[in-house]
Amino acid sequence: MSIEAINDFVIRFANVNGTGSASANNMFAKAVFRMGVPVSPKNIFPSNIQGLPTWFEVRVTEKGYLGSRGDVDFVVAINGQTLRQDYDSLMPGGYFLYDSTKSLPRDFNRKDISEIGIPLTQMCIDNYSDPRQRQLFKNIIYVGSLAYLFDMEFEVLTGMVKDQFAKKEKLIAPNIGALELGYNYAKEHFDDVCGLRVQRRDNVGNAIMIDGNSASGLGAIYGGATVCGWYPITPSTSVVEAFEKYAKKYRVEKETGQNKFAIVQAEDELAAIGMAIGANWNGARAFTATSGPGLSLMSEFLGLAYFAEIPVVLIDVQRSGPSTGMPTRTQQSDMISAAYASHGDTKHVLLIPCDPAECFEMTARAFDVADRLQTPVIVMSDLDLGMNDHMSRPFEWDDNRNYDRGKVLTAEDLDGLAERWGRYKDVDGDGIGYRTYPGTHPTKGSYFTRGSSHDEYAAYTEDSSVYEENMERLVKKWETAKDVAPHPQIKYRDKKSKIAAIFYGTSAQASYEALDGLEEEGIVLNTCRIKSFPFHPDIGEFIKEHDTIFVIEQNRDAQMRTLLINEFNIGTERLRSILNIDGMPIRARRIKRKIERMLNGENVSPFTTAKSGTEVEA
Amino acid sequence: MSYLKSSFRHPESPKNKLGYTEANYEGALSTLCAGCGHDSISNSIINACFELSLEPHKIAKMSGIGCSSKTPAYFLSKSHGFNSVHGRMPSVTTGANMANRDLTYIGISGDGDTASIGMGQFMHLVRRNINMVYICMNNGVYGLTKGQDSATSDLGSTSKKGVPNMYEPMDLCELAISLGSGYVARSFSGDKSQLVPLIKGAIKHNGFALIDCISPCVTFNNTPKSTKSYEWIRDHKEATGTFDLVPQEVEIKVKNPDEVNETIQLHDGSFINLYRQPEGLDIRCRESVLSALEDSKTQGKVLTGLLHLNPDSRNTHEIINSSKRPLNTLKEDDLCPGSTELEAINQSLR
Repeated sequence: MSIEAINDFVIRFANVNGTGSASANNMFAKAVFRMGVPVSPKNIFPSNIQGLPTWFEVRVTEKGYLGSRGDVDFVVAINGQTLRQDYDSLMPGGYFLYDSTKSLPRDFNRKDISEIGIPLTQMCIDNYSDPRQRQLFKNIIYVGSLAYLFDMEFEVLTGMVKDQFAKKEKLIAPNIGALELGYNYAKEHFDDVCGLRVQRRDNVGNAIMIDGNSASGLGAIYGGATVCGWYPITPSTSVVEAFEKYAKKYRVEKETGQNKFAIVQAEDELAAIGMAIGANWNGARAFTATSGPGLSLMSEFLGLAYFAEIPVVLIDVQRSGPSTGMPTRTQQSDMISAAYASHGDTKHVLLIPCDPAECFEMTARAFDVADRLQTPVIVMSDLDLGMNDHMSRPFEWDDNRNYDRGKVLTAEDLDGLAERWGRYKDVDGDGIGYRTYPGTHPTKGSYFTRGSSHDEYAAYTEDSSVYEENMERLVKKWETAKDVAPHPQIKYRDKKSKIAAIFYGTSAQASYEALDGLEEEGIVLNTCRIKSFPFHPDIGEFIKEHDTIFVIEQNRDAQMRTLLINEFNIGTERLRSILNIDGMPIRARRIKRKIERMLNGENVSPFTTAKSGTEVEA
Repeated sequence: MSYLKSSFRHPESPKNKLGYTEANYEGALSTLCAGCGHDSISNSIINACFELSLEPHKIAKMSGIGCSSKTPAYFLSKSHGFNSVHGRMPSVTTGANMANRDLTYIGISGDGDTASIGMGQFMHLVRRNINMVYICMNNGVYGLTKGQDSATSDLGSTSKKGVPNMYEPMDLCELAISLGSGYVARSFSGDKSQLVPLIKGAIKHNGFALIDCISPCVTFNNTPKSTKSYEWIRDHKEATGTFDLVPQEVEIKVKNPDEVNETIQLHDGSFINLYRQPEGLDIRCRESVLSALEDSKTQGKVLTGLLHLNPDSRNTHEIINSSKRPLNTLKEDDLCPGSTELEAINQSLR
């Protein structure tokens, strides 16, 4: 029985990296989007430049479920190295499109799938002479075939080619030619073979398609960042690249041609955050972006910024750890190390976006929060969110919005002070002192910033009670932070239900989908999406209200669950983990099966990862 | 050490163009050991800033960790100071400088802070040519941790611990010259007449300026067999020559014009007059200076003075073409593209 579906299936492309496949696959995804059908593309790529296996998964999802579903309905198998794996991964009833220039090995004899052989290599040899063109157009040809097989509007694809090559017009005709080659071959040989369809809908509204890192880079522009120190590391590099791209567009003085930004590529992550801290200390808005290993290197400086109370924004695009781990695979495994980064008693404000619109908003807002609280703010994105295109609600900006620069004294303020000013004096009772920028006043407001113990006037001290008071004031500031940071999104599907789920970041989409599925079966869970750390007290209340709370996240050690237990001192029994650590985005189907089995009283492991690649088993 | 600082100053102390006396440039009482070379360097910084009539609040004092890095508390109390983390002053100063190009940045570091834990950051600071003065208070020893050899300690030099140093030393000046620094000097904490003009020249120089200042540690490294002791340096110091810094606004009057070897104009219009330069030394030529440094080492001497000067050096802001307006003064109007542009971006993503 072949799978039949309209606007609801998963297609996986298996390619060799460095062959231009990602842009062709993205073109396919974007075409679905332009037909008004929600889509979710995921690039699963190696830490390599050329020659290793890479996959690209596109979920066509009329209902708008943008998380990873799990299971594959259609495979485009272009990579000989992984042919077996790709063949076996297909769902029964699925479709296997392969390059039939060479026939499939004899032991490829599944009877439960449909094989679609298209002689891609031969078609390229016959139609193109340039080796690079032969490689690139192979991708375009299969996209053309898919357009036929899925009954897509061909003009949408040709329109995309025209958009993409608007500045290189001579490339338009050959690309359209390649699409037609594929389309016509499929039409001649595989008429009525495929039961999957993409049909025009009006389900994307005013949504946009963009990757989270570009959104963060743009958020930093809108948030007023001027200085960026950074060190290249996958998957965070494109945050700074986007910042630079937009800065060159929006931040150049018309009269002088000079830049209203300074981007310095540092010698390492220590220097990167050192620069960001130095610039913020001096009154500019500055940030850096990194991933796991960089976060480890930045720890000492984060402690300095915490203790000396210097605002700084760090965007952590998490990847699979520990150590070098899997640099091109996703995870949410920096949560604890970011929350408590650095030696001594330190804790940091975390903002946790779940889609590109939030990457934009939270990055812009991070600068306000950091300035208000005079402390590091870490935006916890991840590889899935940062590097894949996501369908997202559009970016918004209120032109009346002013930057909140926090408590900063001007020269006039200093002259008007009745009392002696102390940099670390808590005059308002919120744990936050007033700062001055260097160069403000000829005789007032200078102070010595230091990571060593200091009194209210920033003078060095080893007086135990003064040290203690200062540390306690920082706890008061931490309380203030709970209100300043974004509040959790709590949803009661059923006020009487005693079961619930807590999740955050990129675990959210798949979790919501899983819970919708459970609700259809009569199992109703209330939800809490955590958007920041320190935790808002509402989260503690939410935990108390429920008997069983599934904490769904993408790391081995249940890091968010640990943070919740640690911060609220409750819930060891009722907080149950559902975890994914295979480096792929967590899948909705697996979350659903796991919750079903756990609620059924089965003694199952918290991991949703299927052994030996079988995607069906939970 | 003393525990009280006298507040008495001579009522007729000389005033500079801002009407300030030297007292306006002083800091808190030093907590370093009595006789520490670092305190003399602090005093020379005070003299230099006073003589140049710099506004104290337009100076930022940057440091890392160690005895040397504590000194910014002991000069310029009206300036903001930043005592950062060990070996990382360069990156913090880089960020601060990017945020506000109009302040004068004086970075204070030591030989441990620079030549060991901070070597990476130091080298990149030099090659980026951040506009700042970098003074390494170099005593060849870790003072705060009580006497370990540092990476600038000479081979065979013996500190109070009594064990001769077994490793080759780093020469910060040679490094800085090879990395393209446009102002490189070596001096001695005990030679104020040389050090004060060097600091003034460093402040006036456009770009990164290094002063590697030998500063004996009286407690741990002032032994007869140490090459960083007062006695040894006094006996083995040799100067490239002397020089004057003539600020831009002063009419040039040279006392003995015959003695001037060369006059070099700096970026801001000031002049440096070089006197009594040795035959064959061209401080504008890197090869010439590197060879002079190596020659004096062979002869067991320490070459001091202004070692290298490139008046055409371009600082980081000029290299990256950043705005003449300090970035920390820009407001929403300059920084935020606004909602109309954002809608256009949204539209391009559909």
